[in-house]
Amino acid sequence: MAPTSPDESCTTTEQYRRFIGRKVTFILVLIPILFILAGLSASLGSANVSIWDAYSAFFYKFFPGYFEYNRLADICVWKLRLPRILMGILAGAGLGIAGAVMQGVLKNPLASPYTLGIASGAGFGASLAILVGAGFIGGQYLVIGNAFVFALLVSFVILGLSSRRGSTPESMILAGIAMMFLFNAMTMTLQYFGEADAVKGAIFWMVGSLGRATWEKLLPVLVVLGLCVPPLIIKSWDLNVLGAGDETAKSLGVRVELTRIITMVFASLLIAGIVCFTGTIQFIGLVAPHICRMVIGGDNRFLIVTSGLVGAVLLVAADTAARTIMSPIILPVGVMTSYLGVPLFIYLIMNRKGGYF
Amino acid sequence: MKLKVSDLEFGYSSTPVLKDVTMDLAESEMLGIVGPNGAGKSTLIRCIDRILKPKQGTILLDEQEIKNMSPMEVARRIGYVPQTGSRTFPITVFDTVLMGRRPHLGWRSGDADMKKVVEVLKLMEIEDLAMSDLNELSGGQQQKVLIARALAQEAGVLLLDEPTSNLDIKHQLEVMEIIKNLVTTRRVSAIMAVHDLNLASRYTDRVIIMKKGTIVDAGSPSDVLTPENIRLVYDVEAEVINGNGNGRMPYIVPIRSVRPDESGRWGDE
Repeated sequence: MAPTSPDESCTTTEQYRRFIGRKVTFILVLIPILFILAGLSASLGSANVSIWDAYSAFFYKFFPGYFEYNRLADICVWKLRLPRILMGILAGAGLGIAGAVMQGVLKNPLASPYTLGIASGAGFGASLAILVGAGFIGGQYLVIGNAFVFALLVSFVILGLSSRRGSTPESMILAGIAMMFLFNAMTMTLQYFGEADAVKGAIFWMVGSLGRATWEKLLPVLVVLGLCVPPLIIKSWDLNVLGAGDETAKSLGVRVELTRIITMVFASLLIAGIVCFTGTIQFIGLVAPHICRMVIGGDNRFLIVTSGLVGAVLLVAADTAARTIMSPIILPVGVMTSYLGVPLFIYLIMNRKGGYF
Repeated sequence: MKLKVSDLEFGYSSTPVLKDVTMDLAESEMLGIVGPNGAGKSTLIRCIDRILKPKQGTILLDEQEIKNMSPMEVARRIGYVPQTGSRTFPITVFDTVLMGRRPHLGWRSGDADMKKVVEVLKLMEIEDLAMSDLNELSGGQQQKVLIARALAQEAGVLLLDEPTSNLDIKHQLEVMEIIKNLVTTRRVSAIMAVHDLNLASRYTDRVIIMKKGTIVDAGSPSDVLTPENIRLVYDVEAEVINGNGNGRMPYIVPIRSVRPDESGRWGDE
């Protein structure tokens, strides 16, 4: 082999570095967008708070000497809007990340946090608590606890069933769809026999809303994210290798079944931990990874992080729209994500060059 | 001996796919595996790379039992080239080849790995494709990328599963020449499942001919690729020019397929 000349090897390496640079830039652009959006969202609503008041109310807590105190802004922002916005950021990020991981593991562009019936499990758990009053833990966490337990239960049933067939993506998807139908049927059975008001409550829960967010509820969601996201990022290169097919992945030293199970367990935990607080917010987990893939390509090392950021941006934007469009009526964000997401998604599909679906 | 396989047996549930397979591979040798569909060529290759777990038998790589090695250890020493590389989601050629570095490092890829990738891309003459999407390349280009990934693994043994089956004749020859070249210049040993008997004859040092999970014959192409063996294994009547062990490169001209019962005569003898 001829010795490689240094400049030539530089050009390809340089090209690749620029390619990586673009991905980093995308992340660096998304962070200020999210920050500005959060400020904008904090300023919008029935009470009149300017965007600067919103930011000062936020920073006053940390640097009281530098920012003015404004009582109205303080109450609006800190007590009412900020928990909701932060929940939107955390939930959007978690759903985006879980979606990216599930699409990667299942090698299926249609996969989302809801493909595997996890949301149906959560919906059944919540309905059981609301309609029958039965659950694993009592008190104010009855509904949340039930939703969480049943969401996880569904994902473990799926993993258990598919492990008998080598934990292949196909067996996971089919087992997941079966679970989705089963738990939807069970939820409907409960609703069929339920009291009208309770049924309405159960449906309200399932539509998905950030309105139930409080400061106390942010902590468990943050913990779940802190627990689940690092292992998923660590496994992101192995996810890339899995995308090349099981045989190739094995030949490159990746323990294929184990990697799939680990990533699915953490993604399921992430979804369960979010959905139990927000209800089923659709579409973020499906659309955020696709948007990112169109911008930065399919490298999971970057896709997971950017899907989280895009998910957060989308959910905060959708919730802001849901709060303001028909003000003072607040629409459920679970439907707003679809109303805003579908046109965006269709626009992106129609305009992209070179396809993978 | 680079690689030594003894009494290998593999089966899905009760149906045996490989039986009593014993073979070896020398340093810097190119070994071809031929045989009809379902003969167990791909299965044998996958067993050697631990993609499939054999039921019985031993596989020694550099005198070491491969069963006792970790998956990463095997991946550092054996490279595998599958038939196709298509995937659901887009990925660049550079990232695909970079995956070959996976067995050598953890989460981050360093400058040394990028240099290695550029080196093998140059060697395969696909450096200009580095930033292209793998799914948008032609079959021949994809095959080169997959070989490049196996080369980036820096393994001493290359396993290739019908690398030429989707290619036109120019790319078939090109891929075979590249592999032959690697075997001679880089002291790599290669095992290749191959359908085209003439490619096997022309490029391999030694040929194994398989039928129904067992090795029927092994040796130099001119010893193995005989009309008798071809009829026995493929049920095909063939004329072999320069055949029957005179040491020259045999050319195989298939004439017609024969019914198994017609060729059944030799079975009783």
